[in-house]
Amino acid sequence: MFTENPALLGFVTIVIGVGACLGYFYLSNLVLDTVIFPAKGSKAGRNINRANMVRPWLFLFPALFALTVYLAYPVFETLRLSLTDRSLDGAFVGMDNYRQMMNEAKFWEAVRNNMLWLIVVPAVSTAFGLLAAQLTDRIRWGNLAKSLIFMPMAISFVGASVIFKLIYDTRPADQNQIGVLNAVWLSFDGGLGSVLALQVLPSVLLLAFAGVVAYVAWLFVRDIVASGRDRSLWLMPLRLLVGVGGLWLIWVSLSGLGGLWFSEFPYGEPQTWLTVPMWNNFFLMIVLIWIQTGFAMVILSAALRGIPEETVEAAIVDGANPFQIFFKIKVPQIMGTIVVVWTTITLTVLKVFDIVFAMTNGQWETQVLANYMYDKLFRANDWGVGSASAIIIMLLVTPILIWNVYNARKEMR
Amino acid sequence: MTSLSLKNVSKSYGAVEVLRDIDLEIEEGELIVFVGPSGCGKSTLLRMIAGLETITSGDLEIDGAVVNDYPPAQRGIAMVFQSYALYPHMTVYDNMAFALKLAGKPKDEIERAVRDAAATLQLDHLLDRLPKALSGGQRQRVAIGRAIVRDPKVFLFDEPLSNLDAALRVATRIEIAQLKESMPGSTMIYVTHDQVEAMTLASRIVVLHGGNVEQFGPPLELYERPANTFVAQFIGSPAMNLIDATVASAGQVTTVTMADGGHADAPIGSSESDIGSAIKLGVRPEDLSVTDSDDYLVKATVEIVEALGETTVVYFKSQNGRDPMIAKLPGIHKIERGSELRLIASPEKLHLFDESGRSFLYR
Amino acid sequence: MASIAGKKSGLTWAVQLSVAALVLLWLFPTVGLFVSSFRSADQISSSGWWAALFPSEQSEVYRTADPDDTRVPDGDGFVVTGNIFEDAPRDILSWGVSSRDIAAFRPGETADMKDGEQLTLQPDGSYEWRGSADQLKGRGQRIFVTATVPPEFSLSNYETILFSGSGQDNMAKAFFNTLTVTIPATIIPIVIAAFAAYALAWMEFPGRALLIAAVVALLVVPLQLALIPLLRLHLEIGIGKGYLGVWLAHTAFGMPLAVYLLRNYMVGLPRDIIENAKVDGATDFQIFTRIILPLSFPALASFAIFQFLWTWNDLLVAKVFLIDSTGSTTVMTNQIVELLGTRGGNWEILATAAFVSIAVPLLVFFSLQRFLVRGLLAGSVK
Repeated sequence: MFTENPALLGFVTIVIGVGACLGYFYLSNLVLDTVIFPAKGSKAGRNINRANMVRPWLFLFPALFALTVYLAYPVFETLRLSLTDRSLDGAFVGMDNYRQMMNEAKFWEAVRNNMLWLIVVPAVSTAFGLLAAQLTDRIRWGNLAKSLIFMPMAISFVGASVIFKLIYDTRPADQNQIGVLNAVWLSFDGGLGSVLALQVLPSVLLLAFAGVVAYVAWLFVRDIVASGRDRSLWLMPLRLLVGVGGLWLIWVSLSGLGGLWFSEFPYGEPQTWLTVPMWNNFFLMIVLIWIQTGFAMVILSAALRGIPEETVEAAIVDGANPFQIFFKIKVPQIMGTIVVVWTTITLTVLKVFDIVFAMTNGQWETQVLANYMYDKLFRANDWGVGSASAIIIMLLVTPILIWNVYNARKEMR
Repeated sequence: MTSLSLKNVSKSYGAVEVLRDIDLEIEEGELIVFVGPSGCGKSTLLRMIAGLETITSGDLEIDGAVVNDYPPAQRGIAMVFQSYALYPHMTVYDNMAFALKLAGKPKDEIERAVRDAAATLQLDHLLDRLPKALSGGQRQRVAIGRAIVRDPKVFLFDEPLSNLDAALRVATRIEIAQLKESMPGSTMIYVTHDQVEAMTLASRIVVLHGGNVEQFGPPLELYERPANTFVAQFIGSPAMNLIDATVASAGQVTTVTMADGGHADAPIGSSESDIGSAIKLGVRPEDLSVTDSDDYLVKATVEIVEALGETTVVYFKSQNGRDPMIAKLPGIHKIERGSELRLIASPEKLHLFDESGRSFLYR
Repeated sequence: MASIAGKKSGLTWAVQLSVAALVLLWLFPTVGLFVSSFRSADQISSSGWWAALFPSEQSEVYRTADPDDTRVPDGDGFVVTGNIFEDAPRDILSWGVSSRDIAAFRPGETADMKDGEQLTLQPDGSYEWRGSADQLKGRGQRIFVTATVPPEFSLSNYETILFSGSGQDNMAKAFFNTLTVTIPATIIPIVIAAFAAYALAWMEFPGRALLIAAVVALLVVPLQLALIPLLRLHLEIGIGKGYLGVWLAHTAFGMPLAVYLLRNYMVGLPRDIIENAKVDGATDFQIFTRIILPLSFPALASFAIFQFLWTWNDLLVAKVFLIDSTGSTTVMTNQIVELLGTRGGNWEILATAAFVSIAVPLLVFFSLQRFLVRGLLAGSVK
């Protein structure tokens, strides 16, 4: 009868759930103190100590249970499932699922797109967030501006997908465009304005991007070249990885530059943005960037405010201009926070599912790993390959996991 | 009657021993001050008495019962914390009533106890306020009131004045002294690193250093008859001068000579075996005076002169490059930097310490 | 900073303008959805939403009054008079009587139709239609008008979505389903996590550091990994797909963040206060309920907001653990995704549905932003 009225069911669940939790904690403590180790009689002192040794586990038990059954166990179970085949009644098949997955073009497409997402979204969100934080901290209505930029954080990925689908909407050429992007696109006619806005400006941005990448990569790589600094040998793979990644990014942006100047733009024709291969990935990424920038801004703004005012004032007295103050005084001091923001957004990106699912469902070469996995699990019903792809996501998360645990332990000491 | 006693109490964290074999007998009605430099273990000792730290070995007795394994609430103690530790979400009244409520006391009894304590501490008009609406001194009084309400056998104070500014500290110190007067039967243990608080408040002082009790006695005994060089230098400001000396003759009166030709006859007993041994002669800066005669205690070169008006503090060039030498002369003196002064002190103000730093009085 | 000598005000203006541009850029998408949700299907498909805010030129079709009832004899023939704008007068730019040429005449001109039939339309919308008995019968004459239309919004989409719509168009059920998922899934983890966080922050026991490290590790485990094993588990032990399963899943998935956030906050509470409570005779349970919980309110609020937003906005967990083949337990996010599939072009439905689903989180966001920010700052692993 409850099931007929979900609201009532929900209410009853809240009462029962919360009541059961509180009751459990209260009663288990009571039993511990009065029945098992009563704080009375000759052994009072010893009993109290014993009770205090057991009590933490009473407090922890429900949470530990939930964490173990719902998060720790599935990691290993998924690993096991990825080595078995459902259609063979769960027989052990070794690496077959992985082999099958590696042979699928769709998988590699998902990996490539995920890599793009991993690079672009955290970088752009953090950069915009930093910019917004720095700018809004200096004006009187900064808090209002912040809360408006932060607002998309509250909007679901699905809601955001609808919002952006409206922006990307396409109508036949003879009708009024109702999507902003096409309306803007159609206002370009191939004249000087178009060249400036669509070729010169993007070129400048691309070059700037390539320059920043090159600089960051060089920062990482130069320590390999420079001898003498032999500390942290284990950072070597990371440095090499950043170096290689940087080269790849530079190549991508330079080839994009070529594309900008040598390809013909279909002026005057409305575009179905979400079906343009490669570019549609970026149109999807914009949704996540739109959501995550506010997050980056809030955290970085707090970090910027935490910078001792004296260091900035000292720099002003030393004659630094606003840009030098920002890049040479402020940014280095909040580097730790920037890394935190970056990794947090990276985690979000790795799990991104809703946006792709709602907007393209992985069609037109926009597949990502999380959606690929969902596809395998619940459409193809192939639990083996699905689990295998989940394990791939887990592998990608693992470095961040280790890094976080390492830092948390360091901080506790 | 003994109110609280520690028997061979030790505390270690793993292999690190922070308190060694502490033995103390505290009588009912005393105000005992634990004093010592930071890291000496005084707070740890207090927290062990409170039950907030376990006792590694030895026994803690309160009113004759061993309470090592009792939780704090059942030891009959109340504690005033350095940061006051007021519950920020409760009014002053609720803060003071919290312990009694937990103990299940009847409402009217709680009400009476809180009102009485509030009246004693002049907190009546503040009972409905939250801690954040109180001044530092008021918070301090609430913290004390919270302890009084529980009518404990022993009050524990953990550096209660260190969060107050200088003026308020003096005022509150006097208040605590008055409070003690008004409750002659209650035992108090008070931890501080400030020797002025220790000297003014204590009936007896425990000087702790490196996990050991250096001396336990009334304030003036510590000043006049320090048991060792540590106590001698810790109590009193500026610290006692320690001068390298050699025992020349022993007996009821010990004669010592200094390398620079000075000498002294201290009315302190010594044995024949001491003759010729290198010792430290202790003399407080305020006991030194300047002389012209050849019969001096010590010669020293003036480095810095601080004229404070009521006194003149003279800093001398160190005799052995290690121990500083200071004289605190009453009134105003014209003393040139770089001049050499001859100093003298009356014999009964002298202290003798052997090579290990122990006073001749306590051998 | 503002008071430093010799600073140019030009830079401040540049900052103001760039912030304004950034805010507009960020606001623009949401406003688009919001505005669209108040427009009719015709309005949405005939012009971009940005045009809806200004008077626009629109072509509309009107019909004269029914000639059989209203024609009056006039000379040889009959005449029908009236006004096409019964309620909302507009500025007529041009008009016509045939769909092939809708802008043939200016207002005030007379259209000569075949065989002496005539129609005159005045600028105010009043018309005079003359003709013979044969001509003035049947249905009213169509008039194509191109006019300047003032901005026009209505709540009818919301009425459809919330009350009168049928099937997929009605979000009321999904709204309540979402609420049913969200509220227990927000409250229960708080209770459980708060106890665990207290133990991890203030109780001494062997293995504590290890457990904290484990919580930090689980913080980043993608929940994708949990889907299959847990679904299997739920099916095996008989929970199946339904509210119980989704509540359990949300509770557990929110647990690492909850424990982490609350522990970080609780460990920062002054040690003296907790020890004082111990001296006052409080048990651990009493310390927790009477000291720690009230003092941890900001952290509890932060997590509650996080968990609420996360469960309200969630699609994946609901799809896997809740929504069965009957679809009776669908949540709003899922229904919107289905609408995107089936009614992809019906923006009036989509925009309104989406806005209904994001209205509650936005409300929570704007009213409790303070706590959300505080939680974010405490929650990101440093």
